[in-house]
Amino acid sequence: MKPCPEDIVRYMHDYLDGEITRRDEQILKEHLEKCPECQQHMDGLSRSVAFLKSAAPIEAPEGLASGIMASLPKERQGAGVRRWFGRHPMLAAVAMFVLLAGAALLSNFNTEDQFAVSRQPNLVVEGNKVTVPEGETVKGDLVVKNGELHIEGEVEGNVMVINGSKYMASTAIVTGQVEEINQAFEWLWYKIKAAVKDSISFFEGDGGDGEE
Amino acid sequence: MEDLIKKRIKQVLKGDQSAFEEIVSLYQNRLYQVCYRMLGNSHEAEDITQEAFIRAYINLHTFDQKRKFSTWLYRIATNLCIDRIRKKKPDAFLDAPVPGTEGLDHYSSIAHDSPLPEEEVERMELQDRVQYEIGRLPDKYRSAIVLRYIEELPLQEISEILELPLGTVKTRIHRGREALRKQMKTL
Ligand SMILES: [Zn+2]
Repeated sequence: MKPCPEDIVRYMHDYLDGEITRRDEQILKEHLEKCPECQQHMDGLSRSVAFLKSAAPIEAPEGLASGIMASLPKERQGAGVRRWFGRHPMLAAVAMFVLLAGAALLSNFNTEDQFAVSRQPNLVVEGNKVTVPEGETVKGDLVVKNGELHIEGEVEGNVMVINGSKYMASTAIVTGQVEEINQAFEWLWYKIKAAVKDSISFFEGDGGDGEE
Repeated sequence: MEDLIKKRIKQVLKGDQSAFEEIVSLYQNRLYQVCYRMLGNSHEAEDITQEAFIRAYINLHTFDQKRKFSTWLYRIATNLCIDRIRKKKPDAFLDAPVPGTEGLDHYSSIAHDSPLPEEEVERMELQDRVQYEIGRLPDKYRSAIVLRYIEELPLQEISEILELPLGTVKTRIHRGREALRKQMKTL
């Protein structure tokens, strides 16, 4: 009796995978007809496949989907909040105002009632009087709290006087904006506006994935 | 179908969490079935299916929308199953069936490490027997066999799910069929 072809078992698997060449299939069929052992092997494989295919479909248990939905992390990276803030910046500001108008910022304002001035060269400070001397240039934003500001020279930046007074000589030059804030609520509002501006630019800068 | 899924994915990515529900309901049976066949235990299958969907949700932005979503989802689930099988291996024997879950779970949770006496196997109902025999397959072959014959996926897709070359997938399926043939000589 002729020995079994070398690759006969591989042909069986190729056949089961539906990837057998016509030539190999011919070899396989001819051999199986005359070799009971290979025939038995092939039958065993075919039965295994039929057996697997007899497996009944299995369905997910009741409530799995709702369980999954309930355990998802809350909205992606605060998308909802970001969306809302992006659409309603003023409402957001008011909400924040209401939220914060209580103790925090007000007490903060009150504790900051001592004289303070931003530190820049060329500034002359005597007591709580701050002077930008004539002919001098102060670079950067100038902030004076609870003091008197005299500008005779030039400021390259914004000027802000909080709870104080300001005197500008005819020679004064300020390249930025000049703001005076003299009341607690104005101060608070200023802080809120700054915060909202920051957060809006943050929202906008974060890409449009919070938009519909 | 893929178009609908891609639409839902875009909605989820825009922050609409509820759009994920349709994705879950479309795939939950398939995913649960794979997990169940791989793990042989309904509690674990439920656990892993849930975990797979949550991971898919969290990592949805990494899904390449030019590809087939189900392949990606199957990959997440099969990886989780394979991890789970590896972790529980040393104490698989101690994995006692949970009270109130009879039949399938019982056979499969003690599956591969402790073959049952032949008479008991012969008395099994067909469906219990199917799960029992799948559970006895070596892990490597089991995932390929489940995807091929339970999920009826093409070889190419299985190769993408398991991230294995096509040739390796074929070999695993061939060996899986051979292993099953030997296991079933008593049938
Ligand atoms: Zn032969």
